Amino acid sequence: MQQELPRLNISSEGGVTIVELTDRKILDELSISQIGERLQGLVAKEKDPKFILDFSSVAHMSSSALGMLITLHKRVREKNGQLRLSGIQPPIYEVFAITRLNEIFQICQSKEEALTTLS
Amino acid sequence: MAKTVVIPSELDAAQRAENELLAEIAQYGYSEASQFAIKLAVEEALNNAIKHGNKFDDRRKVGLTFDISADRAIVTVRDEGGGFDPGHLPDPTSDENLEKPTGRGVMLMRAYMDEVSFNEKGNQVRLIKKNV
Repeated sequence: MQQELPRLNISSEGGVTIVELTDRKILDELSISQIGERLQGLVAKEKDPKFILDFSSVAHMSSSALGMLITLHKRVREKNGQLRLSGIQPPIYEVFAITRLNEIFQICQSKEEALTTLS
Repeated sequence: MAKTVVIPSELDAAQRAENELLAEIAQYGYSEASQFAIKLAVEEALNNAIKHGNKFDDRRKVGLTFDISADRAIVTVRDEGGGFDPGHLPDPTSDENLEKPTGRGVMLMRAYMDEVSFNEKGNQVRLIKKNV
């Protein structure tokens, strides 16, 4: 059975790339590496990457997804860029808190709030 | 009554087995929080079995056994690898490990399940979640 490509809604606003993860289970093991590659490709294209990853539709995730996000975060940082995570539902936020990754990532309530934090 | 599903060391097979387990959990009225916890922990266990236990070797199988009742879910995941020592895992929340991309699976299992135990060899994990 061919795996469908995970869907990402990508838009930009004022030099900021907004990536919405649109599937509830998009952050399952099969999708993670595909998403990671696509996001890193997007970051690589930007001279001054400013990204918002919106999780409003995401209801489940695994530690592999956290690993993908950490790697992405490092790539953005290497280019002196900025990354925000937004729309994280409370159960998912708890995963970030338990792993202390809420201290690594800048997490905003919404895309709109994240936009206001990006210079 | 316990049910066992044997799958190859493939992530999509693990997803299907996980879905079968979750469908049974849903029949017993487990809270959303408990369902989330079980899904997370079982996915971690299956991924570990496939990636680290069986090293994606398609000659090796993973056994998922689940015994679900209204008051507790008991899930066992077994791989055919050489095992490991779960007692000597680095702490993924320590400052020096915080930005490593891997190493959080067992910690998450322990955080989300009421009981987590490994067999002596380290190739089988038993997860228990009470339905409260």
